[in-house]
Amino acid sequence: MDGCILAPAIRYIQDSVHRPHTRSRMMRIAAVIPAYNEEASIAAVVQSIRDLQHSHGLRVDPVVVNDCSKDRTAEICTALDCILLNLPVNLGIGAAVQSGFIYAWRHDYDVALQVDGDGQHPAVEIPKLLEPLSTNTADVVIGSRFLTKEGYQSEFMRRIGIRYFMWLNRLITGVWVTDNTSGFRAYNKRALALVQQYYPDQYPEPEAVVMFARNGLRIKEVPVHMLERQGGQSSISTVASLFYMAKVSFAIFFASLRQKRVREDHG
Amino acid sequence: MDNIVPLKIQIATILVSIGFLAYIGRLIVRGRLREEYAFIWVACTLVLLFFAFWRNGLNIVSSALGVFYPPSLVFMGAIFAILIYLLHLSVEVSRLRAINKNLAQKIALMEEHVGGDNKTGRQ
Repeated sequence: MDGCILAPAIRYIQDSVHRPHTRSRMMRIAAVIPAYNEEASIAAVVQSIRDLQHSHGLRVDPVVVNDCSKDRTAEICTALDCILLNLPVNLGIGAAVQSGFIYAWRHDYDVALQVDGDGQHPAVEIPKLLEPLSTNTADVVIGSRFLTKEGYQSEFMRRIGIRYFMWLNRLITGVWVTDNTSGFRAYNKRALALVQQYYPDQYPEPEAVVMFARNGLRIKEVPVHMLERQGGQSSISTVASLFYMAKVSFAIFFASLRQKRVREDHG
Repeated sequence: MDNIVPLKIQIATILVSIGFLAYIGRLIVRGRLREEYAFIWVACTLVLLFFAFWRNGLNIVSSALGVFYPPSLVFMGAIFAILIYLLHLSVEVSRLRAINKNLAQKIALMEEHVGGDNKTGRQ
């Protein structure tokens, strides 16, 4: 297991040592897109990420993780210019995203992005997420709607919930994250090593922030614009939101008690 | 000897216990119940059977433990056993979910790797 985890990092270091000129090779970037019943929006999302190549000279490989959608998501994706992972059973967003992380890790990507399949995360904001990674000032970058309060600000009740998580996570980890529920994130290799191995299953975002902090990853938020979802349905209905709050609070509490994971298992 | 279980109830209890035991045995033999999960059921039935034969046993055990009303000892024991078993099942379900997740992820990655869906996006 040890060798498997460290091998890509070691190879990278060896490359830079033996062939110094390759050190500035192009960063390989994968955009993990969890999709459950996103037939209305998935094609546009994938296309907009591919378009970054022309508009920003940025090559990003979309990795769509189809979480056993009941609509035509899988069929549509087969025709798209993307990597497609089809989960044979519905696992929920956390495990779906993690499948993409595993793919990115095994294929030696330097950066993994996480972008929702419903179109609320505009691809043009991706360079903002990548900036702290390329200057190596963060391991995890979270796109936040609330730093500059521009773009789609979510509904009133949801904002209250998001504020609650801001305080809860601040209390537990001391890290100030304004948009804990944001699923618009970027991970460098160090962070990818962790999330490809451990990632919460259900309602993962706020809990994952605690996990990052506990594992000593540097978390940074950058202001981004978000849109209202372009199609499909939120994974969290109004009825389920109370359960969501309780479950996530519970999970955050236990995540904060958990020991460092990478060192513990692979030290 | 007035506080002893009536004979009819004793016979009924013995018969039901033996029947239950036989049914569990049958499930195990047919491979529909794994031994580790059957263990608690067999143990509970044996306890039941034990007290069904030893009619005054419950009174003696309760008074030895300082329990004033013997049936409450039965209820307490039963509820306790049920709670522990339910917890065990929850742990078991959590384990199965974790295994299921790993399997599903592995299948998705392998399917992509062998190119079963004729994707062109792979390098």
